Amino acid sequence: MSFSAIVIQFLNGLAGTSSLFLVAAGLSLIFGVSRIVNFAHGSFYMVGIYLAYSLIEYFGRGSALGFWGAILLAGLGVGLIGIVVELVLLRRIYQAPELFQLLATFGLVLVIKDVALWIWGAEELFGPRAPGLRGGIEIMGRTLPEYDAILIVIGPVILGLLWLLLTRTRWGTLVRAATQDREMVGALGVNQAWLFTSVFALGAFLAGLGGALQIPREPANLLLDVTVIGDAFVVVVVGGMGSIPGAFLAAFIISQIKAFCIGIGTVEVFGASFAMSKFTLVAEFVVMAIVLVVRPWGLLGRPQAMPRHAGAAEERISLASRPLSMAAFAVLAILIVLPATADTYTLVLLVDIFVFALFAASLHLMMGPGGMVSFGHAAYFGLGAYGAGLLLLKAGLPMELALALSPLVGALGALIFGWFVVRLSGVYLAMLTLAFAQITWASVYQWDEFTGGSNGIVGVWPAEWLTSKTVFYFMTLLLCGASLWLIRRIIHAPFGYTLRAGRDSPLRADSIGIDLRRHQWIAFTIVGAFAGLAGGIFAFSKGSISPEGLAIPRSVDGLVMVLLGGVQTLTGPVVGAAVFTWLQDEVARQTEYWRALLGLTIIGLVLAFPQGIVGFVKARLPARLGGGL
Amino acid sequence: MLRVAGLHAYYGQAHILSDVSLEGNAGEVVVLLGRNGAGKSTTLKSIIGLVRPAQGEITFEGRRIDGLSAHRIARLGLGYVPEERRIFTDLTVMENLEVGRQPSRAGAPAWSPDRLFRLFPNLGEMRNRPGGRMSGGEQQMLTIARTLMGNPRCILLDEPSEGLAPVIVEQMAATIRELKQEGLSVVLSEQNLHFAASVADRATIIEKGRIRYTGSMAELQANDAIRAQYLTV
Ligand SMILES: Nc1ncnc2c1ncn2[C@@H]1O[C@H](COP(=O)(O)OP(=O)(O)O)[C@@H](O)[C@H]1O
Ligand SMILES: [Mg+2]
Repeated sequence: MSFSAIVIQFLNGLAGTSSLFLVAAGLSLIFGVSRIVNFAHGSFYMVGIYLAYSLIEYFGRGSALGFWGAILLAGLGVGLIGIVVELVLLRRIYQAPELFQLLATFGLVLVIKDVALWIWGAEELFGPRAPGLRGGIEIMGRTLPEYDAILIVIGPVILGLLWLLLTRTRWGTLVRAATQDREMVGALGVNQAWLFTSVFALGAFLAGLGGALQIPREPANLLLDVTVIGDAFVVVVVGGMGSIPGAFLAAFIISQIKAFCIGIGTVEVFGASFAMSKFTLVAEFVVMAIVLVVRPWGLLGRPQAMPRHAGAAEERISLASRPLSMAAFAVLAILIVLPATADTYTLVLLVDIFVFALFAASLHLMMGPGGMVSFGHAAYFGLGAYGAGLLLLKAGLPMELALALSPLVGALGALIFGWFVVRLSGVYLAMLTLAFAQITWASVYQWDEFTGGSNGIVGVWPAEWLTSKTVFYFMTLLLCGASLWLIRRIIHAPFGYTLRAGRDSPLRADSIGIDLRRHQWIAFTIVGAFAGLAGGIFAFSKGSISPEGLAIPRSVDGLVMVLLGGVQTLTGPVVGAAVFTWLQDEVARQTEYWRALLGLTIIGLVLAFPQGIVGFVKARLPARLGGGL
Repeated sequence: MLRVAGLHAYYGQAHILSDVSLEGNAGEVVVLLGRNGAGKSTTLKSIIGLVRPAQGEITFEGRRIDGLSAHRIARLGLGYVPEERRIFTDLTVMENLEVGRQPSRAGAPAWSPDRLFRLFPNLGEMRNRPGGRMSGGEQQMLTIARTLMGNPRCILLDEPSEGLAPVIVEQMAATIRELKQEGLSVVLSEQNLHFAASVADRATIIEKGRIRYTGSMAELQANDAIRAQYLTV
């Protein structure tokens, strides 16, 4: 790379910093004060860019005043949406366990996506270039778009304004105080509700503005929400949660790395050519993984006490009460006789339900008794699926053997990632699992020669004797049923008790000589094996595998299932998986806007049952019946 | 002024307070005495609304306050100084005071930073120092000053003498007497009987979440049996 190329890439990186910083700063502020990890923050960005598009169209593409006015108005509009969201939804769930808040904001993501689809359609929308800034600036023989130069300035200006706001006003002082100890701020007479609403509005405004400012640089599209939230999470974690200068620094580092990866192009390493641009998808997650391992609280953040696990007041898990065991046998009996009467469609749906019940139950083992929340559980599901598919097609193993090895592939991935993951706790741990899942996803997505890249793998069919849907159904029932039984045994074995003891009071566990990390590591690996098996079965039931199988939405599906059912009990995730899979299937057949319906259902469920469905039922059953549920 | 009657409180399943009653009259210093873990902090937290009592009645100046959120209770003129101090470590002394600032109210002494710095001269010399870089004694002064910025009529002080050097404890006692002079009512929790005796008018003893004794401080000083039973370690 020549010197001038380096300078230009550096400036490109700086231009990218601004939008990323705006989104991340808002996310960080909101998290700092309300402790809510707002999944919908990327959606605010997306709405910002769409609103800017429409407003510019409305004001006319040629006018500079119209352009900048549209951008500001788009930000303000999103701020207003933020206020509504806070008042209508979040305000009701501040007391709920943190994972339920996450779930609710994820429901919001789905709703906002479909509202955007309804208003703006599925096509990408290209905005105009900024009036009066269509030219370029000559720098050492290369050109930098004028608009990028403006963006380079905007980021630091907003950083400065935010800094003034936070350090020079009473509001800012209260925000900083609440970031450290909001309960104390309340006890001093400050109305937190009002503080939260205003912080949420500001955060949403910043995200909307960040989106709107990108309209001349990228088309508005419906995938922005998830990509942006991924980037913003990374920036917030790398910079340190709640730290605004940290967000800027992290946005700067990550934008620079991305810019240089693109700029460098293809490099020769030991004779093999490697496209650095492919590295952009993983780069930020690699940075995050390194930061989390070396300095978990981020570059400029400070260590914070984090709630360690999801359940509110966790109760003792009791072994199945008699009525419950009987109910379980009844369900099993029905499932066994069902194929005699059911059509193929039902059997296929039930296979999906079994697979996801296992997937969710494995996540539950990790989140409930293990006390480790995973945002990246799809990685092990996907490893199992790809492992089975590749062993079948590339290694030429018989299908039965490939399927039997899928848990090992999942376990191997979990063994490696788990070694890092168990060194952290709380939200940081969850973020690291997300990072590993994204790295896995990006590798699969880009390794065309081996994994089929974005096309995935086709022709992953089961062996001859399993081609009948009924036989495959029974195999799945057997494998998933046995796995669930095993998971239950693990939870009630001394190993499970040790895990829970460690989760509830790590210090005490440590003082009586329990090596908690080691136990968590083993648990993580076991969980990876179960998720891998679920993935393997899933691959053979569909006949194909695509990278979506291990992308963020699959991980979130798992979380939704577990939380929907309730994290305290094993029955919870199983019920949650059944309800979720059935709902998704049912709603998707009825309407194009199934996401919105799903999102509204999730939000409704969270508002109605903050302890999950099973938790809700349990609280209303006599203890004798509810035991072990 | 402040009246607590028949209070019950739980942490999860654990029954922490049972039938706690307590009274603080206007202009008086009353102390809640008890050993570590007796339930003193839980009582004060229930009063200020940080712990939601399961049962019982709390009235402040004739008004029911149980069930109100903490900020509403604080705005009625009831200040709370937590045992753990809970200084905002990133914020300077001035900023900590700013968080506590509330409009002045009738019938309560009005405080400004300057006036507080006369009461706590140390703080005046470190106005721009972050709370995290102060000594324990200085933090204890700051947490009281911060609460006073809300111009309360009554303050709850949770073990203000805990972990302080003897000289500072003396200062603390003087400060509390001065606040009483200003017309402030004080509810204090303490393990240190000597300190309590130097400031309090009346005493209530709590043990294992139950009230064991209520009477004047002078009576308690004279009653060796009670003191031996509930207070000495
Ligand atoms: N957050 C809490 N969760 C569970 N138990 C608690 C909590 N805080 C205090 N306790 C318990 O409640 C009892 C009373 O505590 P506390 O009111 O702090 O006593 P004191 O202030 O008199 O030392 C103790 O047994 C203590 O262990
Ligand atoms: Mg105490």
